[in-house]
Amino acid sequence: MSQRPRGPSDSFRHGPLAVSTSDEGAGDSAGTAVQAQGLTKRFGEFTAVDAVDFDIEVGEAFGFLGANGAGKTSTMRMIACLSPISGGTLQVLGLDPMRDGPQIRSRIGLVPQDDTLDLELTVRDNLYLYGRYFGLPRKQLRERVEELLEFARLTERADQRVDPLSGGMRRRLTIARALVSSPSLVILDEPTTGLDPQARHLLWDRLYRLKREGVTLVITTHYMDEAEQLCDRLVVMDAGRIAAAGSPSELIEQWSTREVVELRFEPEGHQVHGERLADLAERVEVLPDRLLLYTDQGDATLDAVRSRGASPIAALVRRATLEDVFLHLTGRSLVD
Amino acid sequence: MSSSGVPMLTLPLRVLPPVGLGRGRARLLVERNVIAYRRGWIFLVSGFFEPLFYLLSIGLGLNHLVGHLAIGGSSIPYTDYVAPGLLASSAMNGAIFDATFGIFFKLKIAKTYDAVLATPLGVRDVAIGELAWSLIRGTVYSIAFLTVMAALGLIASWWAVLCLPAAMLVSFAFGGLGMFGTCYMRSWQDFDLVSLAIVPLFLFSGVFYPLSLYPGWLRIVIMVTPLYQGVALLRGLDTGVLGPALLVHACYLALLGATGLVGASRRLGHLLLP
Amino acid sequence: MSFFPQLPSAVATRQRRARLSPALRAYQYNLLAYKRTWRGSVTTTFLYPVLYLAAIGVGLGHLIDHGSNQAVGGVRYLWFLAPGLLAGTAMQIATNESTFPVMAGIKWLKTYLAMLAAPLEVTDVLYGHLAWILTRVALASGVFLAVMAAFHTVPSGWAVLAFPAAVLTGAAFAAPVMAFSATRETDQSFVVLYRFGIVPLFLFSGTFFPVAQLPGWLQVVARCTPLYQGVTLCRGLVLGHLGGWDALGHAGYLLAMLVGGVLAARVTYRRRLVQ
Repeated sequence: MSQRPRGPSDSFRHGPLAVSTSDEGAGDSAGTAVQAQGLTKRFGEFTAVDAVDFDIEVGEAFGFLGANGAGKTSTMRMIACLSPISGGTLQVLGLDPMRDGPQIRSRIGLVPQDDTLDLELTVRDNLYLYGRYFGLPRKQLRERVEELLEFARLTERADQRVDPLSGGMRRRLTIARALVSSPSLVILDEPTTGLDPQARHLLWDRLYRLKREGVTLVITTHYMDEAEQLCDRLVVMDAGRIAAAGSPSELIEQWSTREVVELRFEPEGHQVHGERLADLAERVEVLPDRLLLYTDQGDATLDAVRSRGASPIAALVRRATLEDVFLHLTGRSLVD
Repeated sequence: MSSSGVPMLTLPLRVLPPVGLGRGRARLLVERNVIAYRRGWIFLVSGFFEPLFYLLSIGLGLNHLVGHLAIGGSSIPYTDYVAPGLLASSAMNGAIFDATFGIFFKLKIAKTYDAVLATPLGVRDVAIGELAWSLIRGTVYSIAFLTVMAALGLIASWWAVLCLPAAMLVSFAFGGLGMFGTCYMRSWQDFDLVSLAIVPLFLFSGVFYPLSLYPGWLRIVIMVTPLYQGVALLRGLDTGVLGPALLVHACYLALLGATGLVGASRRLGHLLLP
Repeated sequence: MSFFPQLPSAVATRQRRARLSPALRAYQYNLLAYKRTWRGSVTTTFLYPVLYLAAIGVGLGHLIDHGSNQAVGGVRYLWFLAPGLLAGTAMQIATNESTFPVMAGIKWLKTYLAMLAAPLEVTDVLYGHLAWILTRVALASGVFLAVMAAFHTVPSGWAVLAFPAAVLTGAAFAAPVMAFSATRETDQSFVVLYRFGIVPLFLFSGTFFPVAQLPGWLQVVARCTPLYQGVTLCRGLVLGHLGGWDALGHAGYLLAMLVGGVLAARVTYRRRLVQ
């Protein structure tokens, strides 16, 4: 883990509402894209989403952070009107998903976790046909498709089938597809899972551009860095509930110290050292491979550790991240 | 990084007013299949030839060996007898393939319908659209087959103009039934069941010879199978041997197709919108 | 000809395996894979040929034999049809097994490549797979012959020779089709091959009716097709009315296809798999 530069997301925070996507017209309650109260999803006995509350403002990038099975995807599917709600209330773009599903979906772009691209069609036809599903007229759509191919950097692949595309290309195509109807709300479920770092950065760049255009983004992810990079505000989900909510910096401030000292000892020594050094930090986390000391003065704490005669194999002082927030809130680390 | 901006600004598209959304867009599924088959047209075209080859082989090759068969008091050559039966199986073949393999691929493998449902389209659009496509494919095969029959002089009666709508009913029935069954399939292995149904139907439903050769109980079993209904309907129309039974056959097929459509629609809702 | 090598038992030592010829190891791979998936092939391999025999042979045969008892080639129609279906089934199974599974070996599952990564030569992969396909054909032919006997359609002791004749028919198709499959990029051409090659062959090569029923020029074409050789050979052996020289002629034709196919497949396999 290394020192992370502050993501550019900070400068976009609470950017201008509305702008070009003037879709929020009739029915939209002032500036709120999605409003959930006591939102619940049950599958038989199992409660996937357990009475969660959140508001997503128009034009912001809102994140759902959590491990697999935390209830993120179920929440996404309810917002996208793909899953009837089991309890509570939900309003999307001022409409009721249970009643106005098609109308809401016509204004949403969905990037599902598995791309669901049409394997029997070419890249271009995937975009074209998706636009047709939204009822866009053919001629207009053809121009639009070329623009989106450019946006997704897939123009050269336009006449190929989808199969031979790399994971990153498929993801970009899926995002371009979600934009074909110029949606005012784009939902992205794990947009960069399984991509290499280069492909992820290219995708993030495309998402920044969208946000700059005023599109509301709803993102689920289990990558901390992604959440910090992209999201203005986020909620941490755990076992179907919201464990915390706020901007990335607020969350770090609220749930973690400013800095973290990471220590590595011989694997069997972490527990013992954790107990010995507990009084040097506000909080200590013992992980299988390392020891985390939460403190506001990292260097001072590290000196204190050394003066106690503890000699870690490796030591590192870093700023706290959302990973630490998550660890604190759920007691589990959020690795893949 | 590409210099292209987000196209949102360059071409602001307004989504159409939400009138009739989720309804009446089934034709877009048909449009999808047309585009998808542009590269696989050979699959469509070649599918028509199998029944045709059977007509030329069994129908013509065995014509002299079998001789004439009695139907409704008159006696007709074997080729004339077998042709409407093969028309019915052509209509069945045309509809069943996309309604089973095609839909399963899109439903479970490619997850095409998941993508479709994230747009204003609904499950009913999917079910109607896919059945319409199967029906179209079956109809095209039927038209081609009827043309060949006419060219070979195998059409005996003016009632045969009704053969086309009747063949469409066969396609409708098998399309609906196939789609409904496919919604319950779990893996490709289950598709052995499809051919396990189709091959015996093709061989034993009276396409090649009258049911009178069978023992009584077997005759009754076969008479309730859908292909027999189609064969009987088409043979009656083609040879001009009419009767109220033909109406019963037609109603049976229409009912079967409609049941399949409704059932598939419901089941797709369960599967895709949990 | 032993197509049924002992399965390697759990205790088979590495040494024993090392002594197996490499092609046999490629063969064993196919055998083990089949042990997991055989159920699906039971219908196509065993059931459908019997259904055709029952529906067309017994059902339609009843109509054909109705007028005169000696309608087709001097025998009952069922007797006429059964050996034709035997050869036709051998062709169908051989072709099925040498199209999609070859594509799977090269492209979809890449099992060929996995074998080549082990110390196997391209020819080992080819011969191993061909031997496996012929096993499938032999199994199907054996079962079908037994069914024929149960239908009382095997009047002559020569019928035993129809078994190798059916396998030879399968081999004559398998080898050239394998050579062809190894050159394909998609399975689209398999559908074309099946619908415009295999189905017409099955229907017009004297399987269901004597080729003499066809128009004159088509008779000549039909007599030149490979399945006609297989059908005539099997039928002649089962009914015991084939002259020795004729039998050799048909068998020679099929053998030439097998050899030519293998030579071609050696080239196309190498071209495709060794880069």
